[in-house]
Amino acid sequence: MFNSVMNAPPFWHNGPAPGAFYNFPGASTTPQDFRQHSQAPVTTATSIVALQYKTGVVIAGDMLGSYGSLARYRNCPRILKVNDNIILGAGGDYADFQYVKDIIEQKIIDEDCLDDGFKLKPKSLYCWLTRIMYNRRSKFDPFWNNFVVGGIQDGEPFLGTVDKLGTAYADKIICTGYGAYIAVPLLRDAVEKNPNLTKVEARQLVEKCMEVLYYRDARSFPKYQIATIDETEGAVVEGPIDVNQNWNLAHMIQ
Amino acid sequence: MSLVQPEMRPHYPDYATAPTQHHFSPYADNGGSVVAIAGDDFVVIGADTRLSAGFSIYTRDQNKLFRLSDTTVLGCSGCWCDTLTLTRILTARMQMYQQEHNKVMTTPACAQMLSTMLYYKRFFPYYISNILVGLDNEGKGCVYSYDPIGHCEKATYRAGGSAGALLQPLLDNQIGLKNMQNVGDSKLSLERALAVLKDVFISAAERDIFTGDSILINVITKDGIQDYSFQLRKD
Repeated sequence: MFNSVMNAPPFWHNGPAPGAFYNFPGASTTPQDFRQHSQAPVTTATSIVALQYKTGVVIAGDMLGSYGSLARYRNCPRILKVNDNIILGAGGDYADFQYVKDIIEQKIIDEDCLDDGFKLKPKSLYCWLTRIMYNRRSKFDPFWNNFVVGGIQDGEPFLGTVDKLGTAYADKIICTGYGAYIAVPLLRDAVEKNPNLTKVEARQLVEKCMEVLYYRDARSFPKYQIATIDETEGAVVEGPIDVNQNWNLAHMIQ
Repeated sequence: MSLVQPEMRPHYPDYATAPTQHHFSPYADNGGSVVAIAGDDFVVIGADTRLSAGFSIYTRDQNKLFRLSDTTVLGCSGCWCDTLTLTRILTARMQMYQQEHNKVMTTPACAQMLSTMLYYKRFFPYYISNILVGLDNEGKGCVYSYDPIGHCEKATYRAGGSAGALLQPLLDNQIGLKNMQNVGDSKLSLERALAVLKDVFISAAERDIFTGDSILINVITKDGIQDYSFQLRKD
């Protein structure tokens, strides 16, 4: 009588089949007004290495824009001077970074136009970044970035970071991406042995970390930028700097 | 029939034909534990200072105790980005109340507000385990604990966060004196509460990788809030 047990005919025309739900005629039940959010990152930048020393902050990041495993763009600056008392580094999606960077730069222009002598402070930018990142994650449409904010506020150095969820913390040592696994242990060890680093020592440490990261992080690049900020010399972004490569050991690795 | 068996080929993620899928979760587990113990005229709350994600330690020095008034302190652990947001709104609400009513919000009122604020986000919750402590209207120490969607319970002692399940039975034994024979109903002293609080965190740091580095302790009495810190193991 039935073709198969699985395909019993409906009780009546357009009615439910035994054990099945009634399909009401008319509007389809599939939603039409949805938006696809939370896309994946496309062109990405890797680790940021940042260190706070006695009187200031150093932030470094290489200049590679990766397209998955392809080393696609090799001249992508992602360390910037925001104003005289803030430097900023970014990792993750490069397009999202450029979008946020444009907003920050416009904020600085608007502030300069007021001409009241007030300037954005590092903790204010850090707090603001926390809010925009949390706001976008709550819309399921995150900015796929890690931001590292460095600066001088009330004569004290400040170093803080915000990730794509809005998770934020301030510390003397901050590394994102692979740097969190490779550079943080090197830096924590060095700072434990010498808690009051000078600017030169801090820079040398960060340069060493960029070298080690270049050896081990497959998404890294031997060309990088370093930004430093302190009260005497202000905010300076240097680079492109080349990694001091030393492959003398290479022949010993089987 | 092909010469190479497809399933014999090794899988290299970088050369896979399908694009790598990055899934997005709005929540993170940043660990941390909070313990609170109330006495007749005091309340102590402690939280560890480790902020972590998986096997990484973000920072070893993160305060998770938020002073809402001179008699109220909130301890938070769980999703750190939610904690930052919730505490920011809470401080704003405390200020609004103060300016509207020209008095500081009491601890029981604050406890009710926190419950309401958490339930307001019932269908996209703040992923935080909260413990609110303070002195009630009679000056007695009180502890309120919450689940992420706003269920509130008043207690005299509570452990919450990543080592909450590890520590609560220890507190039941040492503070609650549960299922014990021949124990007097002597009052809990501040010294005893502080000693137990420290011991309890030392125990948590042994077994819970999300708890460690150090603890910050707030002691609330009618004279105000005092800060103490205590070092834990850092591995």
